[in-house]
Parts: sequence; structure tokens; C-alpha cells
Amino acid sequence: MKTESTLEKILASGHLAVTSECGPPRGAQPQKVREKAEMLRGVVDGVNVTDNQTAMVRMSSLAACIIIRQMGLNPILQMVSRDRNRLAMQSDIIGAYSHGIDTMLCLSGDHPKFGDHPMAAGVHDIDSVQMVEMVKNMRQEGRFQGGEKIDGPPQMFIGAAANPFADPFELRVARLAKKVKAGVDFIQTQCIYNVDKFEKWMQGVRDRGLHEQVYILAGITPMKSVGMARYMKNKVPGMDVPDELVKRMGGVPKEKQAEEGIKICLETIERLKGVEGVRGFHLMAIEWEHKVPEIVERAGLLPRPVEQANPQVGTGNA
Amino acid sequence: MITAERKPLEELIECLKPYRRILLAGCNECVTVCAAGGRKEVGILSSALNMHFMKEGKPLEIKEITLERQCDPEYLEQLAPQMDQVDAVLSMACGCGVQEVARRFKETPVFPALNTKFMGASERPGMWAERCQGCGDCVLGSTGGVCPISRCSKQLLNGPCGGSTLGKCEVNPDIDCAWQLIWDRLKALGKTELYEENLPAKDWRPGRGAGPRKILREDLAS
Amino acid sequence: MENFEPVIVAYCCHYCAYTAADMAGSMRLRYPANVKIIRVPCTGKVDAIHIMKALEKGADGVYVAGCLEGDCHFKNGNTRAARRLAYVKKLLDDIGIGGERVEMFLMSAGMGERFAQTASDFTEKIRTLGPNPVKAALGEAKRAVG
Repeated sequence: MKTESTLEKILASGHLAVTSECGPPRGAQPQKVREKAEMLRGVVDGVNVTDNQTAMVRMSSLAACIIIRQMGLNPILQMVSRDRNRLAMQSDIIGAYSHGIDTMLCLSGDHPKFGDHPMAAGVHDIDSVQMVEMVKNMRQEGRFQGGEKIDGPPQMFIGAAANPFADPFELRVARLAKKVKAGVDFIQTQCIYNVDKFEKWMQGVRDRGLHEQVYILAGITPMKSVGMARYMKNKVPGMDVPDELVKRMGGVPKEKQAEEGIKICLETIERLKGVEGVRGFHLMAIEWEHKVPEIVERAGLLPRPVEQANPQVGTGNA
Repeated sequence: MITAERKPLEELIECLKPYRRILLAGCNECVTVCAAGGRKEVGILSSALNMHFMKEGKPLEIKEITLERQCDPEYLEQLAPQMDQVDAVLSMACGCGVQEVARRFKETPVFPALNTKFMGASERPGMWAERCQGCGDCVLGSTGGVCPISRCSKQLLNGPCGGSTLGKCEVNPDIDCAWQLIWDRLKALGKTELYEENLPAKDWRPGRGAGPRKILREDLAS
Repeated sequence: MENFEPVIVAYCCHYCAYTAADMAGSMRLRYPANVKIIRVPCTGKVDAIHIMKALEKGADGVYVAGCLEGDCHFKNGNTRAARRLAYVKKLLDDIGIGGERVEMFLMSAGMGERFAQTASDFTEKIRTLGPNPVKAALGEAKRAVG
């Protein structure tokens, strides 16, 4: 084991891991964080806490992570390269680890253009691949990015994102390989609606043996309505929603569309369970967190393993 | 070249209001090529300002001049004989030229007529696009001759991000995805293996990271 | 303003409007003497600066007359001219002179009547708009000095 991360232990023990996410509130409302996180207790192995997602100002991921950690849950600190330079990143990583936050996700982040501060400068001092490498060196070498020794290096279990659906498709496995080379431990993918294309990507991943070097959690987002399906299809960059799905959502009456969305998501999970190299699921129920327990249960992923169950089973990450 | 665009006339009119005798100075270099501040643009702006202030009943006295370069002291001297006959200079050079005018002629106010934009190239007549941010440590050799720093919206040295769609950037479909261009070019060169070499975190000191920069060539220095 | 006789400058393409003017003459069509024709090899040659300088020096209106769409002798000089004209219109609006004082017209060499009609119509339009405000200010300034 590289870290004390619960997520790592569960993945290493060979269980299908389940993570979900909690978007911090747009104001000083710690109780909102607690409410959202409480719904996920006993249901997931890690709670991603987004970092100013869609470039909108929210409570900092670090602060919300601390709140969640204090509740005895396992937060996953998301960090985007858009808002911080390497000094700020490293100090926050040390700070997070000092609060018992041992798992993080390195991202480049949505461009400021999409958020509520389009006039802001994007920092982009380093990119997500370089961030992975920096965090790995903080852990493995005990050194800051600038080369100095760290007195008490943070032992982060390092995640990153992968989007199998963006262009150019032929680069998508190679980009994952770059992250693996940089030292990433686990991957959470973009929401999967086009399962055929995802399987094609996984084939490429397996052909290069990358699935044995990194844990891949398949990203799942239930659709609430046909409107959401259309929005995801047409407005969200890098999202691949097949026409059949939009048609299927539109084919049921409005009041039954939410249930249809959940059915689709359960079918997707079921199919992905059979895909070699998929080691778990990342459920992004956008403003629909209360549905996560139901989805996890209906997907047959409950109960969650107790983390200490198999503490010394393999590293799984050779 | 350094590219620029003329400021809105409203803004120029406002800054000239307190003055009567104006020296309108163009530059024969980059801003001529990007049709922002050359001799012709000086003529057009001079006519426009002249007509406006005449109509307002406060005619200006505009002298037009276009220097070979405003960013070199030798050429700037051509302005010297005019200086005691003008109340202000309106420079149609890039920000470099404007500052050199200000440095050389301390007593006369100088105003920029242009907004300096970027270092770029002409993609087609009438269109200029950003190509370089002067990072001071060129990576073009390993990125197929396409700059990820100036041409990727997120400045990714290890792109593309998940927002690349059909060769276009998520920020704006008018922007080519730099990493698509890099990949296409690496393929054309038969150098796709370069893609998987992770580019390390950039040292920004050769760029703006170490404060305003200077180049000193001892062999040429006086 | 009763005696206002507008000064109009017309940049006419050698291959169409200028020949059309000739045609109008040989057809003995009347058109206002206010229009001063400047022959250009192609309207693509007409730049913003030519239009601006004409107005600055006292023209009340300026028009550019080029070939019909698709008929430019130099392929697309007329469409370029149209784009430049749009640029100048905006400029004139910005300085308070008014973009309606400049216009682009298209015609072929055989359209003598169209040439005469255009010249008359544009002259009347400018007559309605009144003198170029710059000229009025210039006149006043001169009177004040004189």
C-alpha cells in the first residue's frame, strides 16, 4: 500500500469501489455540506469534493473536505490547476493531509469562461499531468516541486480524470498513459452514456496493460429528464450521449423520466461490471445526491466493505 | 508581429479633449502590417478626429507623422522638432512605441491610440491570430511546431483536455484545439512517440516569472 | 439652407459605373452636376482613407459605384469595397457625422439609366440630410476669422 487511503485499501482488496461527489455550497453554509455528505454515509467509499466546479465560486474544496472528514467520512480533495499556482497547491495539499484527507483528484478544471467570473485570469501554472507528478514526488521523494525536502510529506492517494469521449479519440488512451507515467493511482472517468465507445477505449487501455497500473472508476451520472439528456448531449463539451438514450428518455411520460434515467444508469453499471479493468464506479448525481443511496443499493453494490477488512491484500497497483 | 487594434473613437476623443495641437504618430513596423497604426491608419484617424472636433466647434490641429519604428531611439528623434509645437502625442504604435515616446519626451503627454493585443501571424487577409506568449523557453521543437502555451486555452503542456471536440476548443468553436493540431503534425512527421513524453512543469522565470526582462548582447553593447 | 447644393464624390469603377455614366451621357439622360466622378480601376481600389479624406475636405456625401455581384473584373473588388464602406459607415457614426452620408451602389456598364437615377437619388438624399456638419463648422470658423 502506498497510502492510508480507504479508497486505496478497498481497491487493493479487489472490491468494486464506489465514490460519489458533493458540490460545496455557494456561501458559508457548512450545514449544507453536512447534509449532502450525510446522505452518502455507508453508501460510498469516498466523497469527491469539487473545486469551484464549472468555474463558479463555491466554498473551497479543502474547507468542505475538512467538514466531511470531521464527520468520519472519506473526502476526496479535488484540485484544479485553473485557480492555484504550484505554491498554493502544495500548501493546500499539506494542509489537507494534516486534516486527515489522504485522497485527491488532480484536474485542469473548466475554463473561467464557463463560470460566473469569466473575467478572471486562469492560473494554469502547471497542468493536471504535472500536478499528478508533483503530488507523487511529494509522497515518494518527500520533496516539493521546487526540489526542497518536505518535513512531513503528505501521503496522498492520487487520482485524475479521463474522458474517453473527447477528441481526438486515438489520443485518449495515450493521454491516460501520460497520467500513468506521471504516477496516477486511480482514474475517475467522464460520465459514460456511450458504453460501446467506452468499451472500445477500455480495450485500448487493456491492450497497453494500463488497467493493471491504475484503478479505473467508471463515471456514472443519472439523467433526471429528457431535458437534461439533451443539455448534456448538446451543451456540455466532451460529453457523448447517444441519440437512442435521448429518445428513450423522451419516450416515457415526464413524471416517469427520472425513474427511466435511474434504470439506464443501473443498466450501464451492470454492463460495466463485466468490463475487465473497471474497478469501481464514480456516481456524479448532479444536485440529486439523495438518489445515490438508492442507486448504489439497486446496483447491488451494498453493503460497502469495511475498510479494515483486508488491510494487507496486494497492492493491486504494480 | 505584434498585433494591435484601434481603441474605440469615443475613448480617443475623450482623452484628447483638453488638447488642441496633436501629433498623431504612426509606426511603420508591426502595426502597419496588421493595419492598425501605419501611415494609412494615421490618415484615417486624423480625418475622423479632425471632423469630429470641427463639428464640435473645437477644431484640432493635427500633425501626421509615421516613423520607421517608435521603439528605437534613432527614429524617435524625428519627433523632436515637432514637440514644442504640440500639446499632446497620440501614438498609433504598440505599447512599446508609446512608452518609448513617453521616455524620450518627458514634458509632453502621450496617449495610446491602440490596444496592443498579442504576438501573432496573419491567418488570412484581415485576420491575425495569437502564436506566441514570449515564455522565453521555446517548446515548439517537441510539440510539432504548434505552441501549447499560446494556443491552448488552458495552456496545457500535456493536453488535450476533455473539452476538445472535432478539433475545436471548448472555449470557442472558432479556436482550433492546439493539441489536435500538435497531434496531427506529430503524425505527419512520424513522431507520435513524442506525445507520450510528459513535458515537465514549466520554469516561468525566462518568461515573466523573474520580473521585467532584458536582453543584453555584450558584443553589441555600447 | 435653401441654396444648399451638395457636393457628392462618386468613386466609379472603370468597368461598370464609369462606362454607365458615359452611356447616360450618350443617352442624353440628365443627372445632377453635384456628382463629381472619380474614375478608379476597380472599386477594390477605394480605401477608407479616400472616403474619409473626401468628407474631411468638404464633400457632403460619397458613394462608391461598382460592378454587379459576381461581375467584378478583378473577381471580388466590389465585395471588398462594400466591406470597407461598412467600416467607414461605423467610423462616421462614431464621430457623429453619420454613416448615411456614404453608400455603395452596384450596376453594369450598360445601365446608363440606373447611373443617372442613382446620382439623382443620392443627391436628393444628401440634400435632405443637409450639409456635411464639418463644412458648416469650417464655414463658421472662416467667417469668424474673416
